[in-house]
Amino acid sequence: MDSKERLAIPPHPMPEQDPAERVDNVREVPLGYTAETAIAEATRCLQCKTPFCVDGCPVNIDIPGFVQAVEDGDFKKGIRILKKDNLLPAICGRVCPQETQCQLECTVGKARKDQTKSVMIGKLERFLADWEREQGEFEVPRMPPSSGKKVAVIGAGPAGLTLAGDLVRMGHDVTVFEAFHKAGGVLVYGIPEFRLPKSIVQTEVDYLEKLGVEFRYNHVVGKTLTMEKLVEDYDAVFVGTGAGLPKFMRIPGQNLLGVFSANEYLTRANLMKAYEFPRSDTPIFRARKVMTVGGGNVAMDCARTALRLGAQDSLVVYRRSEKEMPARVEEIEHAREEGVQMHLLNNPVRILGDENDWVMGAEIVRMKLGEPDASGRRRPIPIEGSEYVLDVDAVIVAIGNSPNPLIPDTFPDLEVTRWGGIVTNEVTGQTSVRGIFAGGDIVLGAATVILAMSHGRRAAKAIHIYLKTGRWSDLEEAVAVEINQSQTSS
Amino acid sequence: MHRILSKERLGPEINRYVIEAPQISRRRKPGQFVIIRLCPEGERIPLTIADADPEEGTLTLVVQAVGKTTWQLADMEEGDEIIDVTGPLGRPTHIERYGTVLCVGGGIGVAPLYPITSALKDAGNEIVCIIGARSADLLIMEKEMESVSDHMLVTTDDGSYGMHGMVTDGIKRIVVEEGRKADFAVAIGPPVMMKFTCLLTGELEIPTMVSLNPIMIDGTGMCGGCRVSVGGKTKFACVDGPEFDGHQVDFDELMKRLSAYRTHEKEAMDRYSECRAETGGGGR
Ligand SMILES: Cc1cc2nc3c(=O)[nH]c(=O)nc-3n(C[C@H](O)[C@H](O)[C@H](O)COP(=O)(O)OP(=O)(O)OC[C@H]3O[C@@H](n4cnc5c(N)ncnc54)[C@H](O)[C@@H]3O)c2cc1C
Ligand SMILES: Cc1cc2nc3c(=O)[nH]c(=O)nc-3n(C[C@H](O)[C@H](O)[C@H](O)COP(=O)(O)OP(=O)(O)OC[C@H]3O[C@@H](n4cnc5c(N)ncnc54)[C@H](O)[C@@H]3O)c2cc1C
Ligand code: SF4
Ligand code: SF4
Ligand code: FES
Repeated sequence: MDSKERLAIPPHPMPEQDPAERVDNVREVPLGYTAETAIAEATRCLQCKTPFCVDGCPVNIDIPGFVQAVEDGDFKKGIRILKKDNLLPAICGRVCPQETQCQLECTVGKARKDQTKSVMIGKLERFLADWEREQGEFEVPRMPPSSGKKVAVIGAGPAGLTLAGDLVRMGHDVTVFEAFHKAGGVLVYGIPEFRLPKSIVQTEVDYLEKLGVEFRYNHVVGKTLTMEKLVEDYDAVFVGTGAGLPKFMRIPGQNLLGVFSANEYLTRANLMKAYEFPRSDTPIFRARKVMTVGGGNVAMDCARTALRLGAQDSLVVYRRSEKEMPARVEEIEHAREEGVQMHLLNNPVRILGDENDWVMGAEIVRMKLGEPDASGRRRPIPIEGSEYVLDVDAVIVAIGNSPNPLIPDTFPDLEVTRWGGIVTNEVTGQTSVRGIFAGGDIVLGAATVILAMSHGRRAAKAIHIYLKTGRWSDLEEAVAVEINQSQTSS
Repeated sequence: MHRILSKERLGPEINRYVIEAPQISRRRKPGQFVIIRLCPEGERIPLTIADADPEEGTLTLVVQAVGKTTWQLADMEEGDEIIDVTGPLGRPTHIERYGTVLCVGGGIGVAPLYPITSALKDAGNEIVCIIGARSADLLIMEKEMESVSDHMLVTTDDGSYGMHGMVTDGIKRIVVEEGRKADFAVAIGPPVMMKFTCLLTGELEIPTMVSLNPIMIDGTGMCGGCRVSVGGKTKFACVDGPEFDGHQVDFDELMKRLSAYRTHEKEAMDRYSECRAETGGGGR
């Protein structure tokens, strides 16, 4: 087939649960490709000589490589290529903001002058990962002899899990300390079941256990055991504790009954399975009309969770316009299809309570966009006199999270930025303290799964070399040399 | 897994448990708490560490059965296991030598008060202890409190034991009528009791520390569900507390927030009661 014919094939949508039906369950919304559809979608790829898609991917997956394997029907080869650079393809295929990464750069989309017509890289990635999981057998790599070195990983989010997987396969002894009773970080307590089935995360964790990674749950580092103790007992420590500190709006009424942080709302719903209450023990407030404040994935997740918990109306209030919304395009679309009402260029100024201090409404001001601010997005400005009242009985605050302060607070030797992120070397993940590395949201602030993963991956390489050579002050150079060597030898 | 090594009845619906938790027992300090979960679909609930034995690797918890989870715990026996125990959480109590300290405990609040009182005593303070309960059978840990107090007064609301009245009446008797001077006070108990105790100690100009018990989920500062207003500022009780300057706390807000899930709690409890009836108590 020549390029022209390939270019003429329209993208294959992924079948989805009907919106009217899916708001009554928590099952996954997109249903996955069949092998036939996946092969047909893969056929759209032009196998570019200079594949820009690869540059768009934060971990530079060999996209033409795995897509070709799908086209050839050699799914085993496809998954092997994927897993070389991405340990968690079932997850990234589902939650990566593809439209701003790999698919933004795809030649097909560019040729058709519409990036929504790019090769559906994420969907193919998900297909391969699901295919492998359904086969039921994972290729367990041959393990190298033990190095005798011990690494402690704090936090079982995507950063920590990726790092643990890499280091264990390099022969190190890895122990993950997790504050919660389950591994996965935001993947289990934040991102809802209907977007990322928890069984997928569990499969990945089980796989790591099979490789020999040890998990210690209910261990809050800084409380149950100290950083000092970890530094003493382990040859290297990785901090991947995420951005778990919820931001609240500084407006009147924020402590009324029925005002939640997104973290609380989603944790109750996901990790504690409140949607099964009273079959599970953790309750959640079932509101009639829920207002979620914010415009990111977190806000979409809350607004859609509210519908599944029985809300008649679910509104999103966001102070900028749709163009500035940080959420994945697919999430905004799905939310709209399910009936979430978007109140854009609106901002709450006060939450109103009834005589018992339950939320009964919110005063909202309309906004307009001014000049771009430091982030490059146009700054929202309130329009004076435009205030109005929305009738709502619950408010979810999803305006962002800051780095978790627990470790820096209890271990002040670690250098942190003004906003609380741990300061690291960008290449190696080294912190200001010898032997301690960090990565993911604790460094970046609330970012993405794939970036957290890539941090885990980079730090794993650096830790491996550190453990082998003991070099610290010039570790970055040592890592560069090693990467060069492996590139010339392969 | 954390085995229950012993269970002892202290009063109706109040039990003392000694559980295995070696790591936490070595690290914990007075004023800290744990979060436990009893079963796979279970809720996470916070409980104060009432005592610990680092040599034996154990923690003591004193728990009043008030709803589904605490009742389920009440139905557990020696040898049973608790799946998750996380901690020690919260900031330890600030202990110093104040001089004379009033240690005021109400109901189940006497349990968390005990390790703090004991530490204050060890720091060289003179301890005046006032503990109260609705009635005699609900009074717990009298002996333990007595062992760490220099003076002790017991009150019951119905007069069935000790002084007839509430702990605030006890404070009045000791400070106002007997003219005993107090340099500091610690008050732990139901929010209403802490509220009125703080109003009184405010008038008497005795700095007062309280330990708050808002609803918690993670206990690590992640959800903000435990937020309380202290001196007009929002604090997360699990990481900034649970102890705060009682004269700054907005108790009315705390009490309202505690009632947020009342209908749910009842629903969960009703279901559990049905199960208990069917299995003849016990069972999970
Ligand atoms: C609701 C929601 C939706 C999102 N949607 C998307 C999306 O669609 N696409 C996308 O790419 N990104 C999304 N993100 C962002 C993404 O999930 C995060 O960027 C990513 O999970 C960060 O990974 P991490 O490993 O750094 O930390 P986390 O996933 O935050 O994991 C940190 C872990 O460390 C543990 N921990 C914290 N402190 C301690 C301690 N002291 N001791 C022991 N353990 C500790 C925590 O319990 C947690 O398990 C979303 C985030 C949220 C909240
Ligand atoms: C820091 C702290 C220390 C505590 N220490 C003790 C203790 O040593 N002994 C003891 O008996 N109790 C203690 N409590 C209270 C105990 O956590 C609650 O009684 C328990 O969570 C009730 O759960 P339930 O399912 O049995 O009852 P539910 O039916 O869920 O609730 C009954 C009552 O408990 C309150 N409550 C419910 N869930 C929580 C929660 N997650 N956190 C706090 N309160 C809640 C409710 O507002 C209600 O008043 C403490 C609470 C906190 C915050
Ligand atoms: S990991 Fe994300 S960015 Fe990279 S190819 Fe996969 S979907 Fe695209
Ligand atoms: S840019 Fe698009 S067409 Fe080109 S290799 Fe990548 S996925 Fe295929
Ligand atoms: S319990 Fe979640 S922040 Fe305190």
